[in-house]
Amino acid sequence: MGAFDFGAITRALPYLWDGMQLSLLLTGLSAAGSIVLGTILALMRLSGIKPLQWIGATWVNFFRSLPLLLVIFWFYFLVPLIAQRQVDAFQSALVGFVLFEAAYYCEIMRSGIQSISRGQAWAGYALGLRYSQTMRFIVLPQAFRNMLPVLLTQTIILFQDTSLVFVVGLADFMTSAVTVAQRDGRLMELYIFAAAVYFLMCYGASLYVKFLQKKMHQ
Amino acid sequence: MIEIQHVNKWFGPFQVLKDCTSRVEKGEVVVICGPSGSGKSTLIKCVNGLEPFQEGIITVNGISVGDKATNLPKLRSHIGMVFQNFELFPHKTAAENIALAQLKVLGRSEDEARARGKLLLDRVGLGEMGHKYPSELSGGQQQRVAIARALAMDPIAMLFDEPTSALDPEMINEVLDVMQELARDGMTMMVVTHEMGFARRVADRVIFMDEGEIVEDATKDEFFGTPRSERAQQFLSKILHH
Repeated sequence: MGAFDFGAITRALPYLWDGMQLSLLLTGLSAAGSIVLGTILALMRLSGIKPLQWIGATWVNFFRSLPLLLVIFWFYFLVPLIAQRQVDAFQSALVGFVLFEAAYYCEIMRSGIQSISRGQAWAGYALGLRYSQTMRFIVLPQAFRNMLPVLLTQTIILFQDTSLVFVVGLADFMTSAVTVAQRDGRLMELYIFAAAVYFLMCYGASLYVKFLQKKMHQ
Repeated sequence: MIEIQHVNKWFGPFQVLKDCTSRVEKGEVVVICGPSGSGKSTLIKCVNGLEPFQEGIITVNGISVGDKATNLPKLRSHIGMVFQNFELFPHKTAAENIALAQLKVLGRSEDEARARGKLLLDRVGLGEMGHKYPSELSGGQQQRVAIARALAMDPIAMLFDEPTSALDPEMINEVLDVMQELARDGMTMMVVTHEMGFARRVADRVIFMDEGEIVEDATKDEFFGTPRSERAQQFLSKILHH
């Protein structure tokens, strides 16, 4: 092993940066997709229509009872089977993340929607707005704003969880670090560097969430 | 214009409205009063279908509110409603609050909606407040914006659900003044309120409710002169002589 070799890290930076871009892209797309899907699920759970409520509740309970790792594996093998063609690992991972994380975002949006008083929806209806308009223009913007810190916190967790795509050989930041570490025999350098990067990004983001919360309570 | 016939409503096993029947003519101002929990707010929310009712018929301009085939959003867009807690949209400015339904329901242009909003803000004495958010306004100002928001839809009738009960005493009159002016201009109004002074000055008729029943439905003079029911007399003596 020898002494700590910073060169091992700097030489690998371009490759690691490619990995980080993939991690961020996967996080961004997964978060966007699962917030949309989660919001739809939340509206289903709150719809008062039995079959819709059942679908929403089942979805949430199903995915929250499975390990994410299993879901990623599952979609890696399942999606190509359903699509009847070769699907790249990124796409299948993305589908898995969206379906899985939607269960968590659903519950966040559900409590967000419930935090908006019934009178707000009444005011919308009384003005002649339809249900969909009342949700879109009045309830959801407020629910989203109230829940922004929690949504961001969940997204930080999602960012950390994207490292699990290691198992399907997708070259995200974590996988890239592992690859370099093993190739160059520089385990300590690369793993410490990877930990430092994850820590700084996630801690920085969580500080931002705290700042947001403070600002909102003013 | 508004006709309420034999309306019964239950919350679970609890009957909140018992065989309520009344009518409001065009241009009439009807004040609904009664002890809390008597069903006043529920009744007024039935008129524009915010609260469903199980039995009876309510029609507005001949259109049945409870009928499944009725286009409720369209009907509601013709009936203004003002709430106890204002219910302005906190993420929108006063002007945006007034513009929203004009744009999305009536299909007015931005310019039209803004101009109409400005006119109405002037009318309620808040011409310079359009850019403010609800949190930057006092309760009385918020309620006046809410009235302007309802008026922007050019309603054929206005429903007021305890419009001053959430206000500090010094702000009650600025809201009542706007309402009084509306009444003078001939607006058809149903007003749930405890403000008996307002009822005396503005109402044509007074409905007294207790335990879900319309106990008294009389002209203002009859009601304040000699209420027929004992319950109304008790209520009045409590509310007027404290």
